[in-house]
Amino acid sequence: MNPRDRTLVTLVAALVVLLAVGALLPPWQFLATVALAKGCAVLGLMLLLRTGLVSFGQGLYFCLGAYSAGGLGQFLGVTDALVLLAAGCLVAAVVAVVLGFLLANYRNIFFAMLSLALSMILYGLLVKSQALGSTDGFNVAPPTLAGWALSGHDGRFFLYALACVVAFAGALTLDRYFKTPLGRLAAAIRDNELRVEYMGASVRQAIHVKYVIACALAGLGGALTGLTVGHIDPEMAYWTTSGEFVFVAILAGTGSVAAPFLGSVLFEIVRSVAYQHSPNTWQLALGTAMLLVIMFLPRGLWSIFATRGKVA
Amino acid sequence: MKSSLWQCTWLTAIAAALAWIPSTAAAEDAKPFRVGIVTFLSGAAAGPFGVPARNAAEVVVEALNAGTVVAPYGNTKGIGGAPLEIVFVDEAGGTTKQVTEYRNLVQQKNVDAVIGYISSGDCLAIAPVADELKKLTVFFDCGTPRIFEDASYKYLFRTGATATIDNVAAALYLNEHKKNTRKIAGINQNYAWGQDSWNDFVAAMKVLVPNVQIATSQMPKLLAGQYGAEISALLSADADVVHSSFWGGDLDALILQGAPRGLFKKSTVVLTAGETAVQKLGDQIPDGTIIGARGPFDMFAPDTELNRWFRKVYTDRYNVPPSYPSYKMAQAIFGLKAAYEKAQAGGKAAPSQEQIIVAFEHLTFEGPGGKVTMGLGKGHQAVQGTAYGTVKHVGDKFTLTNVTTYTAERVTPPDGVKSEDWIKGLKAAK
Repeated sequence: MNPRDRTLVTLVAALVVLLAVGALLPPWQFLATVALAKGCAVLGLMLLLRTGLVSFGQGLYFCLGAYSAGGLGQFLGVTDALVLLAAGCLVAAVVAVVLGFLLANYRNIFFAMLSLALSMILYGLLVKSQALGSTDGFNVAPPTLAGWALSGHDGRFFLYALACVVAFAGALTLDRYFKTPLGRLAAAIRDNELRVEYMGASVRQAIHVKYVIACALAGLGGALTGLTVGHIDPEMAYWTTSGEFVFVAILAGTGSVAAPFLGSVLFEIVRSVAYQHSPNTWQLALGTAMLLVIMFLPRGLWSIFATRGKVA
Repeated sequence: MKSSLWQCTWLTAIAAALAWIPSTAAAEDAKPFRVGIVTFLSGAAAGPFGVPARNAAEVVVEALNAGTVVAPYGNTKGIGGAPLEIVFVDEAGGTTKQVTEYRNLVQQKNVDAVIGYISSGDCLAIAPVADELKKLTVFFDCGTPRIFEDASYKYLFRTGATATIDNVAAALYLNEHKKNTRKIAGINQNYAWGQDSWNDFVAAMKVLVPNVQIATSQMPKLLAGQYGAEISALLSADADVVHSSFWGGDLDALILQGAPRGLFKKSTVVLTAGETAVQKLGDQIPDGTIIGARGPFDMFAPDTELNRWFRKVYTDRYNVPPSYPSYKMAQAIFGLKAAYEKAQAGGKAAPSQEQIIVAFEHLTFEGPGGKVTMGLGKGHQAVQGTAYGTVKHVGDKFTLTNVTTYTAERVTPPDGVKSEDWIKGLKAAK
C-alpha cells in the first residue's frame, strides 16, 4: 500500500471507531466533541510547527470563529450548523489573510510573541464590549442540521458525528496538502529558508498560505466548540487557550495528521479524570502525566505509532 | 419436646427479626443523596470565595449527616433522612471546561443535584445545560441578573440574590448617611462584574441625586495588583465618594496602596464586597469606609440560633469566622434541604426530582443570614435584603457604625422587571 492510501485507511478506520465508541458511550460524547473541535485548531498549529513556526495566538482565530458562529445565531437567527461552521472558518481565514501580510515577515520568538499580542488585542476588545456580555460572554442557541435540532440525546450524537466528520475532513485535506509541492516546502523552510529561496520558491508567500490554512482550521474549531458548549466568552482568545493548543501539539507530536486529535482527546480525558479524582490537586496530576510523556516520548505521543510505521 | 420446638420457633423468629431490622435500616439509609459541589479550588477566586465556600459545605454537610444542626434543621439527619454525599469539583478552567465537568457530574458521577458556581460566566454557560440534562441545579453565589431576567429555567435555582442589591443598597446608604454627595468616582475591575457594578451604581445614584457629577471611572484590568496610577487619578478627581466592587487580592491591594496615600480620607470609599477583606485587613481599613457583604452575612447577619451555631462550628474547625461566600454556600445547602423535606411532606420516602422542584419554587427558608424567599424568576431566584455599615475602630477593635439594613423589597425589582429598567424608577428613603 502506498503511504497516501495508508493514511486514508487509518483515518477512515479512526472515523468508524470514533463513531462507534461515541454511540456506545454517550457520557463521553460531549468531551470528545470538544476535544475534536480543539483538535482542529491543533491540526493547524501542527502545520505551522512543521514549518518551524510556533504561534502563541491561535486563540485569536479560535475565538473569532466562535464569535462569528455565535453572533450569527444570536443576532441574525441563523442556526444551521454547516452555515455557522463555514462562517467561523471564513471569518478566521479573511482576518488571517490580512494579518498574514504582517506576520509572514517574522520568525521564531518574534512570530510567537506577535501572534500572542494580536490575540490579546481581541481579548481586550471583547472584554470592553459590554453589548457582547464582556467577560461573561453570551449563550449560543442549539444549532440545527437541515432543519433538525442538534440537542437532546440523538441530536447530541449527531453533533458529535458532525465533529468527527469535520475532523476527518480537516485531517484528510491537510494530509493531501502535505503531499503537494507547496505542502512539502514546510520542512524545507524549517530546515533552511535560504535554500528554499534559491530554489525559486517564495518563503514569505508559502508561510502566508500556511498561516491562513492554520487559522481557518482554528476558526472552524472555535465555531464547533461554541456550538457544542452553547456558550462563548473572551477566554477563548486569552493566551492560556493558545498555550493549551501549543501544549497539546507538542504532546501529540507532528508525525501525522491524526496526532493532534489523538493528543487532544487524551489531554481532555486526562484533565477530566484529574478534575474528578483530585479536585484539589488536578494541576499536579495533569503536570505529572505531561512530564512523563515528555520524558519518555520526547517526540510526542505519535512516536509510539511512528516507529512501528517505519519498520513496516 | 414441645417447649423446645417453641423455643426453636421463637429463636428463629427473633433471629429473623434481628436480621431484618438492620436490613430495613440499611434500605432506608442505603441511598445517599449525592450532591456535586463546584467552587473555585484554585486560581485567584479560590482564596477569597472558593475555599471559604468549600469549607462551609464540609462543616454543614458533616453536621447534617451527624444530626447536630440546630433548629429549624435539627429534626432530620442528612437530607430528609438520607445521608448527604459530596463530590467536589474545581470551578477553574473556563466555561468550556466547566460545561464538560458539569456533564460529567450528571452523566458519570450520577449526582442527584449540583450546587455551585461563583463566576457569572460559568453560571450563564451552565444554565441551559441544567435544563437540557434535566438535573436540579442550585447556583449559590454568582451575581449576574441576566440568568433569570433573560430566560427562564425549570431545573435551575439560585439561592443567592443578584448583584443588583449591592449597588442599589450602596446608593441608598449614601443617600441616607452622606447627603452631601455631589461628585462620585469609581474604581472597578474591567470585566463583566466590575462594569455591571459600576453601571448599576451610577444608574441608582443618578436617580437619587439627579445632578450627581461623575468625576472619573477607573477600570484597571482584573488582577492588575498595582493601582498607583488609578489612585493618583482618584485623588485628583476630588470626589465625595469612590465606589469599588474590588474583591480578593485586588481589594487588599487597593486598601494597602490607597490608605497610605490618603484616598480613604479624601473621599468616602464604598467597598461593595468589602467584607471579605475584613478578616485579614480589618485593622488597616480606615475609619469612615463603607463596606457591604453582598447580603445579610457575617457581621450583618441576624443573631439567630442557626447563625450562632454556624459561626461556632465554622470557627472551631477553620480558626477563622465564615465570610459571605461561606454563608451563601450554607444557604444553598439549607435551601435544598428545606425544599427536599417540604417535598417529602412529612413522609420518609425520597421525593422525586419533580417534587423537589415544585417544593423549591416560591419557597421561604431560613439560612444563617436570615429568611430567604425564592421570589423572582417564577420562584427560582432568591430575593434577600442586604446591609451596609461604616467602619469605626474602637481602640484596636474593628467595628461598624450606622449599620443599615435594606429589605428585599427596597433593593430588588419585582418579578418580570429587568434590574436595569427598575433602577431608573428607584425612590429615595423617606
